[in-house]
Order: sequence, then C-alpha cells, then structure tokens
Amino acid sequence: MNFFAKLYYRLRKAAKAIQLYLVIAGPGIVVMVADNDAGGITTYAATGAKYGYNLIWFLLLLIPVAYYVQEMTVRLGAVTKRGHAEAIFSGFGAFWGWFSLIDLMIVDWMTLVTEFIGMTSALEIFGIPPWLTTVGVILLLGTIVLNGRYWTWEKIALLFCALNLVYIPGAFMVHPSVHDILHQGFVPNFPGGFDGQLFFFLMANIGTTIAPWMLFFQQSAVVDKGMLEKDIPWGRFDTWLGSVLTIVVAVFIVVVTGTVLRGVDIESAAQASAQLQETHHWVGTFMAIGLFDAGLLGAICISLASSWAFGEIFGWAHSLNTNIKEAPWFYASYFLTLVSAGAVVLIPGAPLVLITLFVQVVAVTLLPAALVFLILLLNDREHMGEYANSPLQNLIGGSIVLVIIVLSTLYGMSVLFPSLFG
Amino acid sequence: MLRSIKGLVGKFRSINARYHTPRIAMSPLVRAALMVLRVYLLLLVLLMVYKFATVVAA
Repeated sequence: MNFFAKLYYRLRKAAKAIQLYLVIAGPGIVVMVADNDAGGITTYAATGAKYGYNLIWFLLLLIPVAYYVQEMTVRLGAVTKRGHAEAIFSGFGAFWGWFSLIDLMIVDWMTLVTEFIGMTSALEIFGIPPWLTTVGVILLLGTIVLNGRYWTWEKIALLFCALNLVYIPGAFMVHPSVHDILHQGFVPNFPGGFDGQLFFFLMANIGTTIAPWMLFFQQSAVVDKGMLEKDIPWGRFDTWLGSVLTIVVAVFIVVVTGTVLRGVDIESAAQASAQLQETHHWVGTFMAIGLFDAGLLGAICISLASSWAFGEIFGWAHSLNTNIKEAPWFYASYFLTLVSAGAVVLIPGAPLVLITLFVQVVAVTLLPAALVFLILLLNDREHMGEYANSPLQNLIGGSIVLVIIVLSTLYGMSVLFPSLFG
Repeated sequence: MLRSIKGLVGKFRSINARYHTPRIAMSPLVRAALMVLRVYLLLLVLLMVYKFATVVAA
C-alpha cells in the first residue's frame, strides 16, 4: 500500500510539473526550432552531403553553446522586464542603442528575405508560384498575430515547431546504417583532415546556430509572456529542450543527405529536396515541407523581433496581447517588414544571391556587440541581483561568446573574401 | 508633413535624452570591452569598404 501511495504521489507531482511546464513552455522552444530556418536547413543539408555523418559530433557540441547563450536572455528578460534592445539603450546609452536597433532592423529584414526565398523555392517544387506563396504567407502570419493574444500566437508557433520534426521520419525512410552513424558521427573526427573547406563548414554551422535576432526575440518574448523570476527554472528547461530539439532535427537532416546525397554539391535545401525526390519521393517531399516550415517559423519570429525592439524604444504599445487599435505602430512595423521582404523576392532580377551572402556579413557586425552587451548586462549585480552571472557562468558563457565571435567573424570574412580559407 | 517630421525629430530627441546616461557602471572592464567593440566594428567597416572598392574597381 505504501508503495502505491508513493507511486501515486510521484505521478501526481510529475503531472503537475508537466502542467506547469506547458504553461511556461514557448519562447525557448520556438526560438531554437525557428533557428533551423531556411538558411540553416541549407547549411545542414550541405554539411551532410559533403561530409556524410562525420560532423554529427560537432553538431551535438552546439547544444550547450546555443543553450548557454539563450539562457542568459531568459534571466535578463525575466528580471529586468525589458527586451534586449531596451536593455542595451538603458545599459549603454543612446549611441550603442541606436547602433543595435538599426543593425537589427537591417539584419532582420535581410534574413526575412532569405526566409521568403526558402519558402517560395520549397513550394515551387509542388508547382505553387512564388507570388501565391508570398501572399499566402503574409495572410497566414497576419491572421496569427492579429488574434490579439500572445498565448494563441505561441501555441500556433509551437504547432509549426512540431512540423519541423518531419525530417525524422524522412531519415528513417532512407535506411541509414546505424553502425556507420555511431562510428563515424559520434567519434570526433575531421574528415579528410582539417582544411579550409572543413573550417568553412564548421563556421557555417556555428553561424546558423546563434543568430543576432534570437537574442532579441527570446528576451522580448519572455517579457511579452510575462515571465517572472520564479519562472526562470522552467524557462531554462524550455531553452534546454529547444536547443536539444533544434540539433536533433539538424542531425536527422545530415543523416538524410549524408545517406542519399553523399558527394553532391548542395547549393540550397530546395535543390536537395528536388534531388531527393528523384530517388526517394516522400523523403524529398518531407524535406521540401520542412524547408517551407523552417522559413515560415523564421519569418514568424524575425519580423516580431524587430517590431518588439522598435516598440520598446519608441514607447509604442508592443505586445501580442494588444489588438491593432491599441498598438497600431507595432503592427504597422510588423507588416511593413513582412510585406517589403516578401515583395523583394517577387521582383524580377532582384539581387537575391547578394542579399543571401550579405546577410552573413551584416550579422557579424551585430552578433558580437549583442553578445558582449548580454554578458555585461548579466554582470550588472545592482539590477540582476541573485540572477547575475556567477564566476562559473561567466567562464562558460564568456568562453562560448568568445568562440562564437571569432568563428562568426571569420565566417563573415570568408563570405567577403571567398579565397580566405582556400 | 512638416509637422510629422518635427514630431519624429522630437521623438528621437526624447529617446536620446531618456537614454543619455548609461545605467551600467562604467568600470574599467566595461570601458575596455566597449573600446574593443568600437575597434572591432571600425575594422569590420573598413574591410567592407575595401571589398566594395575592389569590386567597383574591378
């Protein structure tokens, strides 16, 4: 009897914990899964096609990297009740504030263009013209944000996050060798030696794991959701779960392309999907659906990151819990970003390749600054109190930030000067 | 039109005034970090300008 009483008590406790988590769940998972955006899917697909399963171990290392950076935004948002843009303005003055805000606006807009490129090219595989995809996406995203509730927006975003798992059945359908995955993928190695091309791929994978908009998005989402200090442990768990999910999806993409497209030069995820369809129809179809979903999730988050930041600084109402009458400027900036980015993709002869390349370069002007500000703000004991970084957190966070800054800068440079790494 | 431009300029001024003084204590470490960031960004901009110039010249 005693055993059953204890079991019942534990089950009730676990059920309550899950219920509580489901209330808090959201920003961490959404931001992390949205990180696997159209550009990210292309990077993972190209990595698998180029190096097979050999870089899976490196992707796994990116779980703590993504977690430690994003976890800091949870603490900062929950304690200060400010988004990252406002925190920078307030903490470092107007100069650094304007620099970050304008840079964020440019990077977000360019990234949004790449999301539209991904979405239109994914649905073109199914014969849907780009204009229809663009209009459909704008209407869909408009409907999602205009419902006037953060909670509804978040749950719909989580639904799209679940669709991102479509790569997992795809990986099982290509029947990869589990033995090869374990022996080649889980043992650290540099396939073919450490050369410039491998270094480029490692940098690209890191570059796609942490993007500047993620810091701004998650901190603003934490504030808009109304998370408090007591919610931080659940926010951490949410972020941890999100970082595991995002890398798991990345690993399964690598498994798909590493099994079927080994040795093929992949220039875009849409190209990978079309090629996969030739031999594995449904796997290619899943890949295309996943690419569209990735672009959509990216678009959902990126356009909001900018609007939240502008609302914080200009003093506009800037919550998804407000309707269009209460927060006209917030929604105006949201739609302006979305519609203008979508329109660019439809302009014949628009320099889309240039935008795709340039976004990496502009991102390295914002990412290091945003990360340095994050670390400094987390060391502001006067305002962060017991939630300020401990020496160990500074050591881990600082090291990760340093590595990200160096590698993302080199990645940006390699885009500017392609012959830099051979 | 002129009124809305004036209003916008006024808004920028009020933002600049509101965030004129940084809230973070400017310890030597913070100052050093911001200085390194300035140098980093300056170098990055110079590299971009150099790249642009070489592309245009070509």
